[in-house]
Amino acid sequence: MSDLLLTPENRFQKQIEERLKKDGVELSVLNLGPTHPATHGIFQNILLMDGETILDGEGTVGYIHRAFEKIAENRPFYQINVLTDRLNYCSSPINNTGWWMTVEKALGIEIPKRVQYLRVIIMELARIADHIICSSVMGVDTGALTGFLYVMQYREKIYEIYEEICGARLTTNMGRIGGFEREWSETAWRKIDEFLNEFPAVWTEFENMLSRNRIFMDRTIGAGAVPAEMAMSYGFTGPNLRAAGIDYDVRVAQPYCSYEDFEFDVPVGQNGDCYDRFCVRNAEVWESMKIIRQAIAKMPEGPYHADVPEYYLPPKEDVYQNMEALIYHFKIVMGEIPVPNTEVYHAVEGGNGELGFYLITNGSRVPYRLHFRRPCFIYYQAFNEIVKGRSLSDAIITLSSMNVIAGELDC
Amino acid sequence: MSLDNQTIQKKLVDTFGLDIIEYHESHDILTFEINSKKNHEIIKFLKENKDLNFNFLTDVCGVHFPDYEKERQFAVVYHLHNWFQNVRIRIKCFTNAENPNVDSVVDLYKSANWQERETYDFYGIKFNNHPQLKRILNMDEMESFPLRKEFPMEDQGRTDKDDRFFGRISNNC
Repeated sequence: MSDLLLTPENRFQKQIEERLKKDGVELSVLNLGPTHPATHGIFQNILLMDGETILDGEGTVGYIHRAFEKIAENRPFYQINVLTDRLNYCSSPINNTGWWMTVEKALGIEIPKRVQYLRVIIMELARIADHIICSSVMGVDTGALTGFLYVMQYREKIYEIYEEICGARLTTNMGRIGGFEREWSETAWRKIDEFLNEFPAVWTEFENMLSRNRIFMDRTIGAGAVPAEMAMSYGFTGPNLRAAGIDYDVRVAQPYCSYEDFEFDVPVGQNGDCYDRFCVRNAEVWESMKIIRQAIAKMPEGPYHADVPEYYLPPKEDVYQNMEALIYHFKIVMGEIPVPNTEVYHAVEGGNGELGFYLITNGSRVPYRLHFRRPCFIYYQAFNEIVKGRSLSDAIITLSSMNVIAGELDC
Repeated sequence: MSLDNQTIQKKLVDTFGLDIIEYHESHDILTFEINSKKNHEIIKFLKENKDLNFNFLTDVCGVHFPDYEKERQFAVVYHLHNWFQNVRIRIKCFTNAENPNVDSVVDLYKSANWQERETYDFYGIKFNNHPQLKRILNMDEMESFPLRKEFPMEDQGRTDKDDRFFGRISNNC
C-alpha cells in the first residue's frame, strides 16, 4: 500500500521516526484547522514541520460537505438555486445567475437584453464584494485590521443593494428562470449610484494603505508563488490564474450575458505570488466598476424577465383572475415544466474562477445529474505543493490570498 | 487556422478509428464517447497533439446510469478546453458495473487528482495508477458510494412526497 493512502498523522509519524533515527532532527506535526481563524473556513491542513519550515502537508476537506449534487437530483430547478447560494457565499448572485443561465441554455430560452444588463450589474457588484473580502482579509492576516473594517462597510452597502433587489443579503436566491422576480426599485438604483460615487475614494485609500506598504510587500512578494505552467496544470482559474500571467477570463473567452458589449481590461500579474493575486483582485474591482457604469449608461428599455409563461411564475393577481395564469402557476409549482432531454455545460467567471454547471436532464422535473465545477476545490489541491519548503507565516498568507471558500470547496 | 469540431473529429477518427464513437454536438460542445480502456492514451493525444492542444482539464465527474446495460453503467465525463483556440470538448468514458475502473489522467493534468478522488468517493469508480485514491469529501470509514442512484437520500417512509399522488410514475419523478 502506498504511503499516501495512510492517514496523514500516521504517514508523518513514520517520517518523524525515520528522520530522528537518521540525523537526530525532531520534526513535529502541526494541525492547522479545521477551525482556525486563519483558514477563514472549515478545512484542515496537517503539516509536517521542521521548526518554522513546512516539509510536507496534507489537506483534509469535507467538513461542511452537504451533498448538494445528491440533493439537486431530487429537486426541481427553481429549488436548486438556493443550493448554489451556499457554494461561494461571498458572491452568491454570480452563482445564482450562473445557474439560471445554465437552465435557460438547457431549455433554450432567449433572455431580453435588459435582463442581461441587470444581471451583469449584479454579478459585478458581487465580484466587488468577493474581492473586497479577499483583499482586505489579506491585510488582516498580515496584521492590518483597519483596512478590513473600513472596506467592510462598503460590502455592507452592496448587501443593501442585494436586499433592495431580492430581499436577502448573504444567501440571495436571486432571480428566476428568465429574469428577475421584480423590477429593480428606485431605491436600488439610488444605492447603486451612491456606491459608485463613494466607493472609488475608499478603494483608492485602501489600495494606498497596502499596495506600497513595506511590511505588506515584504510579507507577500515571493510568498506562495505559482508559475504559469503549474497554475495551468493544477486547473487554476480566476484571479489566481491571472496573477500567474495567463489572461484567461470566461467573460472574455466565452462571453455570456452580453459581456461582449462592455469594454474592460483583464488585469494580469507576473509571478503568481500573493502580492500579484492581491494586485489582480484590486485591479479587477476597478474593471468591475467600469462595467457597471457602462451597463447603467447603456441600459436598454424592456421587461425585467423573459416572456416564458411555462417557466416564469405569473403575477399573483392574475392567478386569482385568469385561468391560464392559474394553470401555469400550478404547473410551475408542482414542477410540471417541459424539459428537453439534453446536457449542458455552462461556465461563468465567479469570484474566484471558472464556476461551471454540468447539467444532464432526461425530461423529468429534476436534473438527472448536476455537477458543480467549483474553482476552489480544483485549485486548492495545489496548496501543499505551493507551501512546501516555505515558512508557516507564508502558508497563512497564501491561504488567504487564494480565496478558498469552504462552502464552495466542499459543495 | 481555427480549430472547428469537424477538424477535431476527423483527426480523432484518423488516429483512433472505432475507439471513439457517437460524435455529436450538444450546445456547441463536441461530445463523444471513448473506449474506457484507452482513455489515457486518447486524452494524452488530445493534450499533446500540436493542432488539438487541449491544454486545460476543466472538469472530471462521474455519472451513474443504472438503466443501461451492465457494461455501460458508469460514465466518467471529462471536459477539456483548448485555451489558444478557445474550444471545449466533452469526453465520456463508460465503464462496467461490477468493477468500474478507468485509467487516471493525473500524470497529464495535476488538477485531475482531487477530481478523480471525488469521483471515486461518490461513485466508487476506480482510477488505475492514481497516486492517492482515497475518499475526499466523505469520511474514510464510509462504505457506500452516495451519488449512485440506488443510494436513498431522504427518509423513505415519508408519504407527503409520494409521486403516485401527482400522477407520476416512479421513474418520472
